Amino acid sequence: MTEEIFEYAPAPESRSTVSIRPSYDLFVDGEFVEAKSDERIVTINPADEEPLSEVAVASEADVDRAFTAARRAFERVWSPLPGAERGKYLFRIARIIQERARELAVLESLDNGKPIKETRDVDLPLVAAHFFYHAGWADKLAHAGLGPSPRPLGVAAQVIPWNFPLLMLAWKVAPALATGNTVVLKPAETTPLTALAFAEICQEAGLPPGVVNIVTGAGDTGRAVVAHPDADKVAFTGSTEVGREIARAVAGTGRRLSLELGGKGANIVYDDAAIDQAVEGIVSGIFFNQGHVCCAGSRLLVQESIAEELLAKLRARIERLRLGDPLDKNTDIGAINSAAQLARIRELVAVGEAEGVSGWSPACLIPERGFWFPPTVFTGVTQAHRVAREEIFGPVLSVLTFRTPEEAVAKANNTPYGLSAGVWTEKGSRMLWTASRLRAGVVWSNTFNMFDPASPFGGYKESGYGREGGRHGLEAYLG
Amino acid sequence: MPDTVPGSLRAYLHGLPGVDEVGVHRRAADLATRSIKTTAKRRAIDLAIRMVDLTTLEGADTPGKVRALAGKAMRPDPADPTTPAVAALCVYPDMVPVAAQALSGSGVGLASVATGFPAGRTSPEVKLADTRMAVAAGATEIDMVIDRGAFLSGDYRKVFDEIAAVKEACGETHLKVILETGELVSYDNVRRASWLAMHAGADFIKTSTGKVTPAATLPVTLVMLEAVRDYLAATGRRVGVKPAGGIRTTKDAMRYLVLVKEVAGESWLDPAWFRLGASTLLNDLLMQRTKLNTGHYAGPDYYTID
Amino acid sequence: MADRTDPPFPAPARVAVRRTYKLYLGGAFPRSESGRSYPVTSSRGVHLANAAQASRKDARDAVVAARKAFPGWSGRTAYNRGQILYRVAEMMEGRRAQFAEETAAAEGVSRAGAERLVSAAIDRWVYYAGWADKIGQVLGGANQVSGPFFNHSEPEPTGVVGVIAPAGSPLLGLVSVLAPVITSGNTAVLVASECAPLPAVTLAEALATSDLPAGVVNILTGRLGELAPPLAGHADVNALDLTGAGDPGSELASELEESAATTLKRVLRPGLHDDWTVADPGVSRIRSFMEIKTVWHPVGV
Repeated sequence: MTEEIFEYAPAPESRSTVSIRPSYDLFVDGEFVEAKSDERIVTINPADEEPLSEVAVASEADVDRAFTAARRAFERVWSPLPGAERGKYLFRIARIIQERARELAVLESLDNGKPIKETRDVDLPLVAAHFFYHAGWADKLAHAGLGPSPRPLGVAAQVIPWNFPLLMLAWKVAPALATGNTVVLKPAETTPLTALAFAEICQEAGLPPGVVNIVTGAGDTGRAVVAHPDADKVAFTGSTEVGREIARAVAGTGRRLSLELGGKGANIVYDDAAIDQAVEGIVSGIFFNQGHVCCAGSRLLVQESIAEELLAKLRARIERLRLGDPLDKNTDIGAINSAAQLARIRELVAVGEAEGVSGWSPACLIPERGFWFPPTVFTGVTQAHRVAREEIFGPVLSVLTFRTPEEAVAKANNTPYGLSAGVWTEKGSRMLWTASRLRAGVVWSNTFNMFDPASPFGGYKESGYGREGGRHGLEAYLG
Repeated sequence: MPDTVPGSLRAYLHGLPGVDEVGVHRRAADLATRSIKTTAKRRAIDLAIRMVDLTTLEGADTPGKVRALAGKAMRPDPADPTTPAVAALCVYPDMVPVAAQALSGSGVGLASVATGFPAGRTSPEVKLADTRMAVAAGATEIDMVIDRGAFLSGDYRKVFDEIAAVKEACGETHLKVILETGELVSYDNVRRASWLAMHAGADFIKTSTGKVTPAATLPVTLVMLEAVRDYLAATGRRVGVKPAGGIRTTKDAMRYLVLVKEVAGESWLDPAWFRLGASTLLNDLLMQRTKLNTGHYAGPDYYTID
Repeated sequence: MADRTDPPFPAPARVAVRRTYKLYLGGAFPRSESGRSYPVTSSRGVHLANAAQASRKDARDAVVAARKAFPGWSGRTAYNRGQILYRVAEMMEGRRAQFAEETAAAEGVSRAGAERLVSAAIDRWVYYAGWADKIGQVLGGANQVSGPFFNHSEPEPTGVVGVIAPAGSPLLGLVSVLAPVITSGNTAVLVASECAPLPAVTLAEALATSDLPAGVVNILTGRLGELAPPLAGHADVNALDLTGAGDPGSELASELEESAATTLKRVLRPGLHDDWTVADPGVSRIRSFMEIKTVWHPVGV
């Protein structure tokens, strides 16, 4: 009865702010140019499987052209430009992103499937902040602690993933440009549209041609970009498997490399935690962005003495999550980005079930079209289960328990990954003790999945190397 | 007989889980982005009107003012008889006889503040007499204040006993316990005071007197909603929540309803379990209601200002 | 005894007790488990000694020892690590003559030149000893994030580091690559200069008497081509210093880097012309083997 009294009505964000062209060319040397090959990729809306647009597939020859443009821009325009002037271009870009934030947020939701609430309140504000932050560094690099006159490396080859398309672009492009490098960037094949909108923003900002070049395509294009002999620097965010391949390919070339790869983050909840906020942190840790987050808190490690109470609260909270139309302002969980990713999630979940761990999902209506996966919690998981070891990259949480802080830390670190971890306790000394023992590049204490351009981000062990953000992130682009 | 609290009060209250301020703010801010449109908004506005404790707590209150407000409580929008009445009228104890007469037979509740409202700085005897007088004059609900001084100095027993005594003096009359969260400052204190009040017999826990800044806020209400939710799970007894003070717009009210729905649950979305203590809010709700019904924005001159 | 007479023959010159040059593993000085050794000559080709020729298994054992030592070493206070590194310098000072002799023989420099190299090597330990409790402040700090959080980054040691020591500078070069690795709390498996391993073994003897916990430094002598690949491929090695693996882009260095990619080890590539005599080498070598950890904490009442 009360359900009827106050059930949220649909509140869709308007698509009218976005105009998507039927087809996009490559962005090379300041212009959209036709690719040499006729091959195209159709990018679809994962929430309804309708095509949004088609983009060119850059061949080796196209990639070569982009590097030529980037090299020329580096030598003739960008690296000779005083830092203060470089910075002003980045400030311009930041401002245009703010002005067009709603449009870009809608476009990102359409192409990626993530909820508008997140693109509007998380992705886009962070994208603009990244350009603002790095703009200010451009004329202060001598104060970054990397020597009195750090030099740009040259042309950076950058390949980014589909989970935060525009944000990952910002993480790559902003520091590269601020430090005086030029870039050839390849967005993910399933989410190229905001990168192409960014190309327009570069034009709007009057950025000199060739400073930013964007080549679309799939794995072959990506390989051509990272293996290009004229790259001075390779930056990659994506899976550990591909990261390994790239590290092998770069070996012996002398090219600088930074990698931001997979993770299997542990979220440790002690028995004295602020339990309601811990529940929120667990939820945002694994269900933020449908769990398509390399630093997701995909393993919940909860102290046995409060496990039952915490899990009851967690289930009640998960039942409130609203799955559905990414453009609805009240949607918490959007669509899985692609059929391939959905298949991967289903496969690992099936493995979990076959291994005998018990899965739970709230009753939730799955739309008929599009790619969807309900929030899922596996309990009774041990370190030996594959769902506790492999990155699922979806809304699937594995719950493990522990008895002592030593056991919590040992289990948290018992993974080849080392990107993120969480710790929940109201006791300061225990927090510091735990944080100092976690082998992870980012530790969130009494919070989770917070990001900031001033905060260095990156992994230990097989989660990659190099940092993005903050003073530490500049090192990846300076010699 | 109120629930008994196990062991020492201090040990018990300090054993409650802590509340992380930043996390609470984040959750409240996130819920504040919920978008309430069309049919949902229409229903929510009527629900909010039914939850209003229409309040006048001024030194300048007169019988005339109280009678006028009682009229408004019963018929918030004379131009639209489909508009529901509010939950209750909330007045000072000496105005209870006037209000009782004005509201007679309407079904609108009559809440009286008591126990030396708003500071509560008077003797226990006076507080109880204040309560009994209001009850005898026809109040159906008593909004008492806790002794914040005792709470902050750690004398939880004193606060507990006082609430229990007032509860006894109330008899069948509903007891709302005002925590005055603006003076408790930390959310840990708000959670402790909530549990203390519930164990001592509160039927409702209420944020504020409206005389202290900050009064009701979304995060503080969120913490209190968590408390009533968990208290129900622990004891089987349901307690209501009333944010009061500073709730002025329909948008504010919608946000509180979202909080109730997503934190405590739909079963609290009822005037019996959730109230909004406010005065100016009502007119904004009425204006928005008219906008939804007619499609035109309304102007303040079309609504009574009592 | 009073009427004891002189021996019938003049006393022979005393026969020196020669050292056996062994490996340094887990704080002990074993021979190679393979039982092999190889001859070491001076830069002029004069036979100096036989050094242990470590095997892949010795490399594996060294990694185990280094891993075992890591929690304790990285868990010590930086002040304590600094004191121990300084103690290494003290121990080296006491063995100056031996180091100078071995350095002169290995590098073919004059005695005075060798003395200068030894002094520089000792000073390098002192230099890096001093960094132990300062690197955190220099590489770390508070980050001004936009929100109610205390956000702090600090460097942490990466773990077990495989170090290929430079071939041509068997003492100063060796110290210059080893000290920055361990000062931050890493533990090391070091492959000594293949052609001039003796100073490394003498250094091991100094390390063993300087309060350095067992396993923090493990030194292998032998064939680079045999010892470096198992380190590069070992999944429990976190980082590789390829300084001694040849010129940048050399076949061996490239192979090792490629092998290291399998477990995404941090790799410090060989430099073009490393000048070990620079008085202030800076923090770049320390930084190469540290991870930046960033911790977020809400600020509220």
